[in-house]
Amino acid sequence: MELTDLYLALFLSFFKIGLFGFGGGYAMLPLIQREVVDLHGWISVSDFTDIVAISQTTPGPIAFNSATYIGYTAVTEMGFAQGYGVLGSAVCTLAVSIPSLVIMTIVCAFFFRLKNNSWMQASLSVLKPAIIGLIASAALLLMNGYNFVDYKSWIIFGAVLVASLKKADPILLIVLSGVAGLLLYPA
Amino acid sequence: MSAIKKYLELFLVFFKIGAFTFGGGYAMIPLIRNEVVKKKLWLDDDEFMDMLAIAQSMPGPIALNTALFVGNKRLGFKGSLFSGAGIILPSFIVILLIALVFTRFKENPVIERIFKGIRPAVVALIAAPLLGLGKSAGVNLKNIWIPLVVALSVWLLHISPVYVILAAILLGTGHYLFVKQKTKK
Repeated sequence: MELTDLYLALFLSFFKIGLFGFGGGYAMLPLIQREVVDLHGWISVSDFTDIVAISQTTPGPIAFNSATYIGYTAVTEMGFAQGYGVLGSAVCTLAVSIPSLVIMTIVCAFFFRLKNNSWMQASLSVLKPAIIGLIASAALLLMNGYNFVDYKSWIIFGAVLVASLKKADPILLIVLSGVAGLLLYPA
Repeated sequence: MSAIKKYLELFLVFFKIGAFTFGGGYAMIPLIRNEVVKKKLWLDDDEFMDMLAIAQSMPGPIALNTALFVGNKRLGFKGSLFSGAGIILPSFIVILLIALVFTRFKENPVIERIFKGIRPAVVALIAAPLLGLGKSAGVNLKNIWIPLVVALSVWLLHISPVYVILAAILLGTGHYLFVKQKTKK
């Protein structure tokens, strides 16, 4: 694939993610996964899960983190030099931000009319519960044989789920489950 | 304060927020509020809450939408470019550094063992807040079929979230139109 074609494909995918990524964060994951894993195969599903893990332990929204990471890896995995990978990161980050920039500029101009607009309220009455469904599907899509390799995976899952419901710090939980991985899977 | 300084200040405020908030968009909201409402007095609390409601109902990362809104309110479109760049750059730099290093160590067996433990934890972290989020999104017995249908159709039927979003908007406005027509008669 030509480099410019790759940049164009990355741009279009991340533009789409920015444009249809309602609900932010986890709700955007199924869309990102569909574009970068299922449709284009730029990264594997376990790499994708690793990006989500990295996102949870580094600053910034998941959409940006995955844009930066995938932009870089998609380009370098195709055999192009690192510098082109950095450019790929920039392309994806810009692409995912442009829809927000356009939409928020329009919103700022019409803020007071939008505030109590009944059409918008009507859309939101279905969109909001739908976004909960999207987050649920993000979890379900990642519950696969790549991420859950044996019964030990389920033990970690259960323990983290309970600890998280008890409001444990997510970064601490990720560090602890990394340690658990080292202990439970001897070399 | 000179004009350039004002733009720079906007950039720096959001750069700081972008650099020190872990765990994504929702974690950033209290920090943005603290800076913008309490310290800088750029917006009052009512304005901030209204803005937050809109930023959350629009597509795109919520932290970016919030930053763009504040930048635009303060210094117009150019202001939103500065606040947007401020919120994006920290994670861009950090993730780029990680990508440069991580792609080289990914095949390392120790790293692989660590991530074997982390992957199921990530899924648990996504699933855990569902109940609380569902409550605050107004999910009840009457509309619980919406998240169920969405989750099943994306997960099992592999329907694109794009169509799900479009269908949700159509259904919401269609239902509103139907009720409006009925009450007219």
